Amino acid sequence: MAREVLVDVLMVGGAVFMFLASLGILRMPDLYTRMSATSKAATLGSGLVMLAAAVYFNEFSITVRVLAIIVFLLLTVPVAAHMIARAAYFDGVPLWEGTVMDELRGHYSRVDHRLESEVVPSTEAVVPEGEEGDDFTA
Amino acid sequence: MSLTLVALIILSVLTAGMIFTFIRLLRGPSLPDRIVALDLLVTLLIGVIATYAILNDQSAFLDVAIILALVSFLGTVAFAYYIERRV
Repeated sequence: MAREVLVDVLMVGGAVFMFLASLGILRMPDLYTRMSATSKAATLGSGLVMLAAAVYFNEFSITVRVLAIIVFLLLTVPVAAHMIARAAYFDGVPLWEGTVMDELRGHYSRVDHRLESEVVPSTEAVVPEGEEGDDFTA
Repeated sequence: MSLTLVALIILSVLTAGMIFTFIRLLRGPSLPDRIVALDLLVTLLIGVIATYAILNDQSAFLDVAIILALVSFLGTVAFAYYIERRV
């Protein structure tokens, strides 16, 4: 009985976090805040739902499988999010117009995509301004 | 019985989340937005599969979740390489 309650709680918690992640990707103003909302909340949500499956089936082989999935997600989701954000920054995806500071501006070499510690003058045009960020005000 | 009800409610909530993500996939202003939406869609699908496995008492469905997690990571990395080389 207590196990069933635990399965319920884990499943509901995971579903809430996954729903919040999808709400974040719909409502956040630019790509980087959207990724900040989705990559963390969705990882926690799917991990909780997988844990609920492990508690529900209560077998050794399934628990090992579920733990493997969770560890794999925890390893790969930050790597994938970092790669996409880096590529999008090179691609010139605009930041939200309410952004306070952009510490990367001018520090990426446009030619070989290396991060320099001093400002590279030829990279001023990497981050163009645009109103693409608030396409959801209507 | 109550577990069945909870699982059904969770499936509908996750479906609403998938619809939201699909809206972002359709109207995302840039290509990285769409890639992030696809990635989140697959993550939501992993949750749906786990809930469905609990609902039907079928542990074999969890293998599909493993494969989906693998393929989603590979696809995201490939898209990221593509965007970075395109510039």
